[in-house]
Amino acid sequence: MLEGLLIGLQTAFSVQNLLMVIGGCLIGTFIGMLPGLGPMSIIAIMIPVAISLGDPSAALILLAGVYYGAIFGGSTSSILLNAPGVAGTVASSFDGYPMARQGKAGKALTIAAIASFAGGTVGAILLMVFAPALSSVALLFHSAEYFALMVVGLSAIAAFAGTGQVAKALIMTVLGLIMATVGEGALFNLPRFTMGVMDLQSGFGFITLAMAMFALPEALFLVLKPKDMKGSEGDIKDLRISRSEAKAIAPVIGRQSIQGFFIGVLPGAGATIASFLGYAVERNIAPKHEQDEFGKGSIKGLAAPETANNAACTGSFVPLLTLGIPGSGTTAILLGALIALNVTPGPRLMLDEPQIFWAVIMSMFIGNLVLLILNLPLIPYIAKILAVPRNYLIPFILFFTLMGAYIGQNNATELLLLVGFGICATALKFADYPLAPLLIGFILGGMMEDNFSRSMQLYDGIAFIWERPMTLALLVIAAILIILPSYRNRRARARARGVAEGD
Amino acid sequence: MSYFKIGRQAFIAAVAAIGLAGPASADGHQVLDSIHFLIPGGAGGGWDGTARGTGEALTEAGLVGTASYENMSGGGGGKAIGYLIENADSNHGTLMVNSTPIVIRSLTGVFPHNFRDLTLVSGTIGDYAAIVVGKDSPVNSMADLLAAFDANPNDTAIGGGSVPGGMDHLVAAMVMEAAGKDALSVKYIPYDAGGKAMAALLSGEIAALSTGFSEAVDLAGAGEVKIIGVTAPERVGAAPDAMTMKEQGIDTTFVNWRGFFAAPGLPDEMKAKYQDAIAKMYDTSEWEKVRARNGWVNIHNSGDDFLAFLENQEKVIGDLMKKLGFL
Repeated sequence: MLEGLLIGLQTAFSVQNLLMVIGGCLIGTFIGMLPGLGPMSIIAIMIPVAISLGDPSAALILLAGVYYGAIFGGSTSSILLNAPGVAGTVASSFDGYPMARQGKAGKALTIAAIASFAGGTVGAILLMVFAPALSSVALLFHSAEYFALMVVGLSAIAAFAGTGQVAKALIMTVLGLIMATVGEGALFNLPRFTMGVMDLQSGFGFITLAMAMFALPEALFLVLKPKDMKGSEGDIKDLRISRSEAKAIAPVIGRQSIQGFFIGVLPGAGATIASFLGYAVERNIAPKHEQDEFGKGSIKGLAAPETANNAACTGSFVPLLTLGIPGSGTTAILLGALIALNVTPGPRLMLDEPQIFWAVIMSMFIGNLVLLILNLPLIPYIAKILAVPRNYLIPFILFFTLMGAYIGQNNATELLLLVGFGICATALKFADYPLAPLLIGFILGGMMEDNFSRSMQLYDGIAFIWERPMTLALLVIAAILIILPSYRNRRARARARGVAEGD
Repeated sequence: MSYFKIGRQAFIAAVAAIGLAGPASADGHQVLDSIHFLIPGGAGGGWDGTARGTGEALTEAGLVGTASYENMSGGGGGKAIGYLIENADSNHGTLMVNSTPIVIRSLTGVFPHNFRDLTLVSGTIGDYAAIVVGKDSPVNSMADLLAAFDANPNDTAIGGGSVPGGMDHLVAAMVMEAAGKDALSVKYIPYDAGGKAMAALLSGEIAALSTGFSEAVDLAGAGEVKIIGVTAPERVGAAPDAMTMKEQGIDTTFVNWRGFFAAPGLPDEMKAKYQDAIAKMYDTSEWEKVRARNGWVNIHNSGDDFLAFLENQEKVIGDLMKKLGFL
């Protein structure tokens, strides 16, 4: 392994390759901020440039820089504008955006940068040490377990089910699950609930819905209720993380690096599930007073999904490099790039072409490190976006959201849907309905249904729940995650009453 | 299939090519000044890669002056078809890319139109289908799979990367029908992408996988899976050990084609020019570069051949879908 590391280092530390990674990180960060362009499209854009380099190592180093840059750029728009451009950064906006609203945008971005760096780096270490052994982990899960995993992920909505909000959060979740059924289903090749509208045949677009639920209502809120938004006007304070805050998020980052990585290894899960699970798990194991902070600007609530989604992105390289199976859209595109460079990923890659394997690993370390070094000094300037006067900021956000919905599909109907849903979402926001559960339900709903219906078919019924121990275990964990908080609440209330009576 | 298609790559390369190929195209063999490609799906999909790759080869080889591209997604591709038909007169310079789903989706009525409403230009590339099993599977041939199926059809689930009634399912059903089994009793498990279906095969969730040949060939070369049957008329060079269905007494072939269509009422001379440009493209090194990069198989069907091919495919698939209860 040491020899391999040296080969990798030697390759990576040429002037050309360092320029590649710096350029890649910058391009990725800035394009990644646009909501319509996730890591997948940016990598696709950069592939011809990378291929024209001719040297597979240099090409991979460039693409890794772009990849990590794009993930970080996506988090930036989630945190600053509540406009998550990829499903994997939705959970980052739950606490990142409230932090930005409280004037802590700089701190939020710093936490995101550090959490991303840690997640990516720990992931790369795990990948380096265990990659060959992990190919069997990647194949551990069947559809039944994926279904159960989604159910665990769904428990993230608990963070939005505060006092008196439980029913509202559940209603919104169910609404999200219902919206996920529009379009062609997994079990039939006929359209469902499209009302004969051709544009609904492939279902609602994720970006359209994310912009309609998060970014657009925020912008409209700024217009309709300007007084409430005082907080965001203030100067960008609090750039640094205090020592106590660092202490608080360190264990979160540690746990989520590992958990996120292993979820990323599963080809059917990926960064989105990892971020929701990370958020749900960290919220549930946090002490009561910190738990209440989740969803309102908790530093733990931001660090958890940010770490998990980066670690998962690294984890998704395991099935790609060891089996040649792409587990996510992004790794699928990378697979295309590797094949174009005459590299065939798979079990023989490490033996036949170790320098490529090590170049990939080294490019991950370097991509993460360079991204951190580049971005920490840039954060104050990026955060200044929020200091733009409101009459310029609002049109900018509106332009940004509308463009995001249009750019990927070039379909104007998406814009109508975006505005329609955006108005509904604003009304719901005024009525104090949490919008995040809807989006969580929508994102997980489709995958949940697919995996559920596959398991039903394979087992001719719901027998898979008790016939597969892992499925049962995961479902029990989900049940505990849902029941535990309300049990704790009740006990706390009972204790409070007891104290009161004792007086 | 979709992960071999790198949409924007071809786009940028094509944009670069417009600049670079300008002077080179003046050497007299240019067939057309420009082509506008209409892509019925978003950037990065299989259609996108086909159109942009073809455009890249045509312009770089100097057969066509410039190529432009338009993504029009919606209705699983139906929106673009409708657009081309409604605005036929102003779209003589447009070529739309499409593939096997135009046949399947027209049959199910997802598209209100079918290929006869368009001008058929040419089928250009294709991929055969294959049935594969994991490396540790006791199944080594179609005969073994059929025996396992006879013993317990319920435990012999066949997966694929398309919805039920979609291509991978139809291929599995077609093979089973041709082998004299009841396609209705085949347990088909759908996955939303080829890669995930492959992972399910390797994890042992499904007994066999119906997939594109090009998707299976690398993994077969690495020894992770065994290709037990290919739907090609004869063995394919990329995997000479993989037996065809025909060799094993299962009389069926299937090609997942991709090709180009033009607006209805296109003047014959225009149509001939398009067909000429595409036919000449196959001999260029620029096309060979694009083709090899994407792992495509040249399957050229022009004009009447294309019509006969589509009508035959429509009949075979239509009969099968009726049998399976999708129509």
